[in-house]
Amino acid sequence: MKKGVMRPGHVQIRVLDMDEAVKHYKDLLGLIETDRDNLGRVYLKAWTEVDKFSVVLRPADEPGMDFMAFKVVDEASLQQLEKDLINHGIEIEQIPEGELKDCGRRVRFNAPSGHTFELYADKKYIGKWGITEVNPEAWPRGLNGMKAVRFDHCLLYGPELAATYDLFVNVLGFYLAEQVMDGDGTRIAQFLTLSTKAHDVAFIHHEEKGKFHHASFFLETWEDVLRAADLISMTDTSIDIGPTRHGLTHGKTIYFFDPSGNRNEVFCGGDYNYPDHKPVTWQAKDLGKAIFYHDRVLNERFLTVLT
Amino acid sequence: MGNGCRVTNRITGESFTCSEGLSVLKAMEQEGVQCVPVGCRGGGCGFCKIRVVEGKYECGKMSRAHAPPEAIEQGEVLACRIYPVTDLTIECLEPSMPGKTSEQTTTKAMR
Repeated sequence: MKKGVMRPGHVQIRVLDMDEAVKHYKDLLGLIETDRDNLGRVYLKAWTEVDKFSVVLRPADEPGMDFMAFKVVDEASLQQLEKDLINHGIEIEQIPEGELKDCGRRVRFNAPSGHTFELYADKKYIGKWGITEVNPEAWPRGLNGMKAVRFDHCLLYGPELAATYDLFVNVLGFYLAEQVMDGDGTRIAQFLTLSTKAHDVAFIHHEEKGKFHHASFFLETWEDVLRAADLISMTDTSIDIGPTRHGLTHGKTIYFFDPSGNRNEVFCGGDYNYPDHKPVTWQAKDLGKAIFYHDRVLNERFLTVLT
Repeated sequence: MGNGCRVTNRITGESFTCSEGLSVLKAMEQEGVQCVPVGCRGGGCGFCKIRVVEGKYECGKMSRAHAPPEAIEQGEVLACRIYPVTDLTIECLEPSMPGKTSEQTTTKAMR
């Protein structure tokens, strides 16, 4: 967080059918709808999140990710980051306050990987859902489905990992938590963080720019991940793989798809790190184990099915 | 056709029955046949792209990137989002990759 970029703030995901998508993200994942706007977008958040929204669904004829945003500690830091981005040769676009409801101005830019990111400092604070601010109970009643705790990170596929690393580490103040290196010493996967989490955003090398692999949501326990798997079967939701464990991050996980084919993950656990830790390295020759620790084999779908 | 429509892959010769209300891909998976690649099952990734050579069907929503209107007119659709009205003859197409994809990507080398 050394440049003032604090944490993931929101992700805007394109969906083909809004009614189906809202049902998926609310009833299955357990997100809470907080607003809608005149562009047909639906705003959602997980119950522990304090700001008004972390997931925005936008109706579109092609699924995928519009952008991922990070919250900055204050306006002064945002202004400095704008300058730093420009000095780094990055073109920025100003998105005015209120373009997303109850969100302050956003600074938008494209990473060399082809993905669009935003920085912002202000969003309406509405507090955790269903519990009081003072003397809060352990959890609220009335949550649905998987009862997702928070929007945690995105995994994005694209080219130019080295230039993207440079932007995220040297300009935005992320640090490298985990990586996959090939035999030539080229980094083909980079897990970047602002916190003690194993990733706030991750990139895997892919020739095509700007592809969306998944948006991930945190659950507390392995039992919760199993219960999520049960719900995926009960609702006949399209599954990718799991429940299983990753080698990378050692998180316990399950992957599935929303009704428009965007991949979601729910996971629990995983390693922690601090900026003084050496990055954890996996070798590309062991990529199967790095990604699926138990099967030790990749499924083709995990590498190629993207939106 | 009370028991559904027969779907035949012209190239592999494999066939399966698709009951009313099921997509071609879902029916295929339920019968344990593997003649069309399975991706997201949501019309998003383009993995299950096929050409319908013969027969009638209805279409659900599909990503415009993988099934643009001009392709749909040619019968090039996503198997996860079509619902047979009559028996169908299909063939697989390469999953569409908008933009150029080199044969020598690092990702491919790792598989």
